[in-house]
Amino acid sequence: MDIKRAGTILSAAAFLALAGCQKQDDSVIRVGEYASLTGKEAAFGQSCHKGTLLAIEELNAGGGLLGKKLELRTEDDASTQGQPATIVKKLISRDKVIAVLGEATSSRSLEAAPICQSDRIPMISPAATNPAVTAVGPYVFRVCFIDPFQGAVMAKFAKNRLGLHKVAVLTSVSSAYSVGLAKYFKERFTADGGEIPVEQKYSEGDKDFNAQLTAIKASGADGIFVPGYYTEAALVCIQARNLGLPVPIFGGDGWEAPELIQIGGTAVEGCYYSTHFSPENTAPVVKGFVDKFRARFNGETPDGMAALGYDSAAMLADAVKRAGTTEPAALRDALAATRGYRGVTGSITMDPDRNATKAAVIITVKDGHFKFVESVAP
Amino acid sequence: MLPKPLLALAGALLLAAGIGAVSDRIDPYFLDVLTGIGINVILAVSLNLVNGYTGQFSLGHAGFMSVGAYCAAAITLFAGPGLLGPSGGSALGQGSLFLAALLCGGLCAALAGLLVGVPSLRLKGDYLAIVTLGFGEIIRVIFQNVGALGGALGLNGIPAYTTISWVVSFAAVAIFTVLCLVHSTYGRGFIATHDDEIAAEAVGLNTTRYKIVAFVVGAFFAGIAGGLYAHFKQAIAPAGFDFTKSIEIVVMVILGGMGNTMGVILGAVLLTLLPELLRPIADYRMIIYSLILIALMISRPQGLFNFHRRNPAARG
Amino acid sequence: MYEFLQQLLNGLSLGAIYALIAIGYTMVYGILRFINFAHSDVFMAGAFIGLNVARYTHPGTFLGGFIVLGSAMLGCALLGMTIERLAYRPLRGAPTLNVLITAIGVSLFLEYSGQKFFGAAPRRFPAIFPVREFTFGGAITISSNQLAVIGVTFLLMVALQLVVFRTKIGTAMRAVSLNPRAAQLVGINNDVVISFTFGLGSALAAAGGILYALNYPSIDPLMGVMPGLKAFVAAVLGGIGSIPGAALGGLILGVVETFVAGSPWSTGKDAIAFGILIVILLFRPAGLLGKSGVEKV
Repeated sequence: MDIKRAGTILSAAAFLALAGCQKQDDSVIRVGEYASLTGKEAAFGQSCHKGTLLAIEELNAGGGLLGKKLELRTEDDASTQGQPATIVKKLISRDKVIAVLGEATSSRSLEAAPICQSDRIPMISPAATNPAVTAVGPYVFRVCFIDPFQGAVMAKFAKNRLGLHKVAVLTSVSSAYSVGLAKYFKERFTADGGEIPVEQKYSEGDKDFNAQLTAIKASGADGIFVPGYYTEAALVCIQARNLGLPVPIFGGDGWEAPELIQIGGTAVEGCYYSTHFSPENTAPVVKGFVDKFRARFNGETPDGMAALGYDSAAMLADAVKRAGTTEPAALRDALAATRGYRGVTGSITMDPDRNATKAAVIITVKDGHFKFVESVAP
Repeated sequence: MLPKPLLALAGALLLAAGIGAVSDRIDPYFLDVLTGIGINVILAVSLNLVNGYTGQFSLGHAGFMSVGAYCAAAITLFAGPGLLGPSGGSALGQGSLFLAALLCGGLCAALAGLLVGVPSLRLKGDYLAIVTLGFGEIIRVIFQNVGALGGALGLNGIPAYTTISWVVSFAAVAIFTVLCLVHSTYGRGFIATHDDEIAAEAVGLNTTRYKIVAFVVGAFFAGIAGGLYAHFKQAIAPAGFDFTKSIEIVVMVILGGMGNTMGVILGAVLLTLLPELLRPIADYRMIIYSLILIALMISRPQGLFNFHRRNPAARG
Repeated sequence: MYEFLQQLLNGLSLGAIYALIAIGYTMVYGILRFINFAHSDVFMAGAFIGLNVARYTHPGTFLGGFIVLGSAMLGCALLGMTIERLAYRPLRGAPTLNVLITAIGVSLFLEYSGQKFFGAAPRRFPAIFPVREFTFGGAITISSNQLAVIGVTFLLMVALQLVVFRTKIGTAMRAVSLNPRAAQLVGINNDVVISFTFGLGSALAAAGGILYALNYPSIDPLMGVMPGLKAFVAAVLGGIGSIPGAALGGLILGVVETFVAGSPWSTGKDAIAFGILIVILLFRPAGLLGKSGVEKV
């Protein structure tokens, strides 16, 4: 068998497989989701997905939307840059979804957003906090707050609640989220009269922060802001305590994962972070959600990501009901008109930039558990 | 009458235009995959020139791709609005801008190839592999720290200029260039360097020159592929051009058969389609890839599609 | 002054880990003349084996700690020998490029299998040895874990030098690394020696993995990639093929990296390792303690 035959047979087989058109069933409403179910940010992606799944199942149990059942088409982007673009194009053109839900990280949401925008299919990001995501266009929405707000929340908390004057910042340069959040924190903290004696940097995947922490210790800072992900935050806390740095350490919603306590142990006791949701909230809608989530997922308590995943799907459904149709332009307008929607993460109102104006929640670690501290309104 | 290779090139360009004309009748996802295949073909063919024909193991190809991608995207994003005017310009205007951006990207990548190649190419085998890997990482870290190019967030909102006809055309040009080079006296030089560098030097060939030429040409086309990629995905970030990406390209070359252009093209096609076909078992994909790599090296080191054994056990 | 000393201490502790991994690289390179890319993943496997064994031992006791360390070293020695037998031995005599690619394949296989079966999220590594903090002058702190790293690296290095220079198998290793065919002629079974080398190198990697996990208790399947690359740079810096060179290279790299990380240019700390590699390969390819070889035609 020579090379030309091998080539033709292979190509033919592959094209047949791909071109195998699936007949699309019009009796269901398809909602697309792209998430990082595997890879580095699997924790966030899995959590978001569970929340979204719960919402869709609940809707179907209640009779679906506009008389049709909902079908959730989820694809894994493996926490890899370059995947969301292909996945979203596939969801839109092949699966004919009415809207796309995703993603938890800003950089990958930013990759998919222009595609949804140019194809005029609404996209709702559950948890991407970098402002650039919704700036892509009027078809891109998010159900969470954005980093300028989050940075300001932590800056005010540090200044007023913790009484800190000199806060060192430890930023992850390989994460757009971290760089953005650090910038907004610094802006607000210095505007309020605080001082940033030093800003140290690290990359995702780093394990040793002794060098940076030693420099921070030498700068005389009375607090450390770590706007990164829980993987590094836990180690930072451990190493800081080992180096004899008993100062408060705090961060943003990237800290939220059970692994923070598992890995950090006693070192993360008394640390703070801002996030979107607390399962201890006694509001009936939250309690109902927490109970349903636990029942569905083996007693697991939902975190902020799961709650946001749930809200993204639920808010979409609410918009469909208000629009009365799944036609993209009308759906988009209904989404933009969302006012005071009672989500599990709080009351969601879409501002002119299609970001959610809602409160942030500050959580601390006490006795090996996450504990609610306070809620900060915008 | 034009010589056969030029005729083939002209034919390929006509084909590209033809596909472009019917492209709106093809299913968008399908078109998407074809475009991806085309870009990977350019990457694989360019790397094959360095790894396969000249025998220099480069593990930093994604670095050159990123240089081309950023350069082309920067031109269309920053200079584009000024040059095209508020209405976005005519199709011809956009096309020329795109072509210029791609060529600039390719040239910048070629320059990067020169800068990386000159110090590295006196090293052999494993050392060259690690050093090119290192340079790939350094390039990535540089882009991560340049705020003007988006830093860790990268660039997004890049206009979607890449169409299937552009990709097919450039793929044809890349293949044409590589094949012409290889069948010329340069090609003899490449192959001589690959087979036995010491003997080649002994008969008076300047192996360093051949290595650098292969490296720079390879980097140029990697840059073009990068520019096409940027205007295809519409968003690029440093994280997407890391060591894993370089390895993906290397696997295509090895699978197809090092030193065999046709084989490498088939390798690129196969390895672009496979992830799409294997989406259901996506988490096993890389495990399968690595096993294929090991099995291939042990049982069929000349690659899947290399039917003319080029005598892989040339040197110990 | 205190900051400088503290950073120095941090650097030595980090460098000792690099040294431990680098010794494994250098040993395999010395004998087989290729970079075992999979070495960094054996390092990772050691940490995971340790994690699973630690479930059955008492944390915080010396006995428990040594059982975990011992089983990890044993497990990885077996893993290393298996890899050699299945993936590298069939390629003995093939062009180095092929072996290199196979090594990359093995490395990717271990990493992605690890991700599939252990999950990509990091896990907590328990404190298997009793931990104590020591403070000097009220400003410089060092943990017993960091001291353990430096101490164990030193001990292992001494033990290794003894094995290589005072035992029969060590002499055989040196013989094979000088000239494999001549070694066979004098009756050495190359296969056994090479297996042993891999086993020894992998055991060292496992020890490195456990010590690394003790100091940075968050382990994940990709934890070996960066330390592995840096350890390779350290091995080259010290002179590939030389065990004391690898140790020296590791310490130097650790200290330099720590000082860069603590400075305002901390973003360059990964790039500095590659920068050092490029500089060394350009100006002194044999490394600090290596011998300049002449290539015979």
